[in-house]
Amino acid sequence: MEKPINSISLVIDGKQISVPSGTTILDAAKQVGITIPALCYHPKVSRSGACRVCIVEVGGTLVTACTTPVSGGMEVITNSPYVENMRRDLIDLILSDHPYDCMVCQKTGECELQELAYKYSIRNPVFRGERRQYAQKDGNPFIDRDMEKCILCGRCVKICDEVQGVGAIDFAYKGFWAKVCPPFEQDLNCEFCGQCVMVCPTGALIGKNWVARGRYWNMREVESTCPYCGVGCTLSLHVKENEIVRVTAKEGRGVNDGLLCVKGRFGYQFVSSPDRLKTPLIRRRKGGDLEPATWDEALGVVASRLKRVKEQYGPDAIAGLSSARCTTEDNYLFQKFMRAAVGTNNVDHCARL
Amino acid sequence: MTNSLREIEDNEVLFITGSNTKEAHPVIANMMLKARRKGAKIIIADPRRVPLVRFAELWLQQRPGTDIALLNTMAHVILKEGLINEQFINEQTTGFNDWRASLDAFTPEAGEKLTGVPKGDLVRAARIYGCSRRAAIYYTMGITQHAQGTANVNAVANLALLTGNIGRPFTGINPLRGQNNVQGACDAGCLPNVYPGYQRVDIPLVQQTFERAWAMPLSVRPGLAATEITGKALEGAVKALYVMGENPVLGDPNTEHTRKGFQKLDFLVVQDIFLTETGMLADVVLPATCFAEKDGTFINTDRRVQRVRKAVEPPGEAREDWRVIAELSKRLGYEMRYESPEEIFEELGRLWPALEGITYGRLERGGIQWPCPTRSHPGTEFLYKGGFPRGKVSFTAVSMAPPVERADREYPLVLTTGRNLFQYHFGSMTRRAAPIESHAGKPYAEIHPEDAEHMRISQDETVRVTSRRGSIRLTARITERVRRGEIFIPMHYAEAAVNVLTNNEALDAFSKTPEFKITAVKVERLAQEG
Repeated sequence: MEKPINSISLVIDGKQISVPSGTTILDAAKQVGITIPALCYHPKVSRSGACRVCIVEVGGTLVTACTTPVSGGMEVITNSPYVENMRRDLIDLILSDHPYDCMVCQKTGECELQELAYKYSIRNPVFRGERRQYAQKDGNPFIDRDMEKCILCGRCVKICDEVQGVGAIDFAYKGFWAKVCPPFEQDLNCEFCGQCVMVCPTGALIGKNWVARGRYWNMREVESTCPYCGVGCTLSLHVKENEIVRVTAKEGRGVNDGLLCVKGRFGYQFVSSPDRLKTPLIRRRKGGDLEPATWDEALGVVASRLKRVKEQYGPDAIAGLSSARCTTEDNYLFQKFMRAAVGTNNVDHCARL
Repeated sequence: MTNSLREIEDNEVLFITGSNTKEAHPVIANMMLKARRKGAKIIIADPRRVPLVRFAELWLQQRPGTDIALLNTMAHVILKEGLINEQFINEQTTGFNDWRASLDAFTPEAGEKLTGVPKGDLVRAARIYGCSRRAAIYYTMGITQHAQGTANVNAVANLALLTGNIGRPFTGINPLRGQNNVQGACDAGCLPNVYPGYQRVDIPLVQQTFERAWAMPLSVRPGLAATEITGKALEGAVKALYVMGENPVLGDPNTEHTRKGFQKLDFLVVQDIFLTETGMLADVVLPATCFAEKDGTFINTDRRVQRVRKAVEPPGEAREDWRVIAELSKRLGYEMRYESPEEIFEELGRLWPALEGITYGRLERGGIQWPCPTRSHPGTEFLYKGGFPRGKVSFTAVSMAPPVERADREYPLVLTTGRNLFQYHFGSMTRRAAPIESHAGKPYAEIHPEDAEHMRISQDETVRVTSRRGSIRLTARITERVRRGEIFIPMHYAEAAVNVLTNNEALDAFSKTPEFKITAVKVERLAQEG
């Protein structure tokens, strides 16, 4: 049985709100339209309060909004000068060990850290010190892992374990040298679903094929449905100059709610493959090669050959195989063609195979 | 699926059989893992140690081809222990008593003997499934790709009826459909015995409806199933074949047989996005557009109609499939006039009430699940709420029959085919995605360590796998994912096309589905050739 829900009343930035008990301050704030910045929080994974960026003031003390549950009569301030100064220093600290290469970083414009640096106008970091530098590059073909840009928020570690059930990566080493990596720092060898790339707030995890293929603001986004298995994940196709250069999925859209698998996320290059058929082909004599032809000639040959078979042997001497890969409309028309234009029920597709 | 993907996370019990969900339907596996995190129990019945086994409460590793024994034994235990849903059985089913008698022989002891699964595990699985009223069954080709495929599905259905785990949320009989629009192709009538919406071609009233709608006399003879066409071509009964977006040379059982059949045709036309192995045999090849170059709909595994939208222009002179078909039809003297895929979809909706309420306009807000009979209908999350459309449904007695091929002295191993996570079907798309191909571009056979040791095969060694039909060469991957005595070969690789080995004569009598999960083979080291 579901537990009865107790409602809790509190005040956030002067706004009165009632939420079920157990709700965190961050989620409660969302409901009244207040966005509290956060770098380790992600709705798909468990909370850790690691980045501290979501701090808010409750009765004069600072608490992390993503992990603190609401309580009755609580008064929360999310944007006092005290909170904002503290947040600014936190971002500044994170940036003190971050490569300032936003101008060439693939994540520019989509980077949560960059957005916060922008919001708090951090031009030169106050805290000067050592920077982590790693010579070793991960050789896997799917995901660029630049651990110099990693802020150790742990979203990737958690989504890989909690949502994907893989646990390919975890924190290694300690203190300043703490690092997210596969066991023994080998190259990543996992399901390559790319959920980690989806949740990474910085440019630490990037699709390898996205690099230098364009900025997101120069791309058109088209929502469509994945062409692979029957789950029917909703995709965003990012198009630049008539080419798909990236595929993503959005939270809240479709059955997949932002998740994808390796095929859906990284299997799109076939669309612009040079192997694509570009003209009709005809074998002009038995045993000869397939040669380019015009549509008019090709369709003329198909029509006359089908007609001839139909006249000579009857419509049931013709069969059609349709496709589970084509659209419903293509399939409807194909069977209508076989049944009404050819005159046979010899129409099937690969449902059994 | 009778039920919905959205319901998965709130299942109490998930019984997954013959489905490698983590690799073949990865995002559904995410939903199953979410259910588990919320406390659900996962039972897996599969001869292979599929990746989800790691998350299972219980894994039943039955011998291939013994699904009926496994399912019947579970039913036997559920009956014996009084875990049945009597009210459901009385109100919604018939044939219970006759069926019940058919289970007498399937004691846990007998079940263990037949399946190789310890009887205690069979009993536990039955108790876990039988005790829950929020239990759902998920299956795929591991159940259907057998000569007993239809019987297997009946045995699955019996379990759901026995416990009343159907017709309510978080339950159901849920086959996970393997291809993006296999549901839509079936719904649209690309089946030899039915018009759109599963309306039978041999019922005169139905036929007349479609004759009126299409203004053409239509044939009442059910047509040939895909797996029958090659045989009929070899006999000379089929002379011409039009293939749109399929690659039967790699997809059909017994490649040699398929190739011969297709070569005997007077005329073969193939419409596709790449020059496939089938296209290479064609007289005419027509360049088509892919999903990103056209508008339309796909219908997914939970009956959800979803939009596909044109994102890029097609290469060269490639044309949308529907335009090619309409033009061909015109040249054959049957004019089809459509301005857009939307018009075609609306025509389909007029012929099948389950889609009638769905419009492209409504789909802008997201997918809608059929049946959706009116414009204000929200769509149907799960089927059979409040009863089955035909009234009571019957239990079906299913008895065990042996697979068509069995391991013997000459062919001592059992081959199962299927997918891996990275590649898709016969590879025309994924093998042209550079990262996928560089990571998973080589064909391999999974072999159990004990079998490998016995045959002195080492990891990554090239081996030859031979069946009664032919042989292929590929790399040995030694792993405990397979049972001893069995090997697994993924279907994706043309250079080691697994259907060279499979048997075109082992088909399910009703569905004509090939027995891809059981082929007798032998494995040899190439060095032995001398």
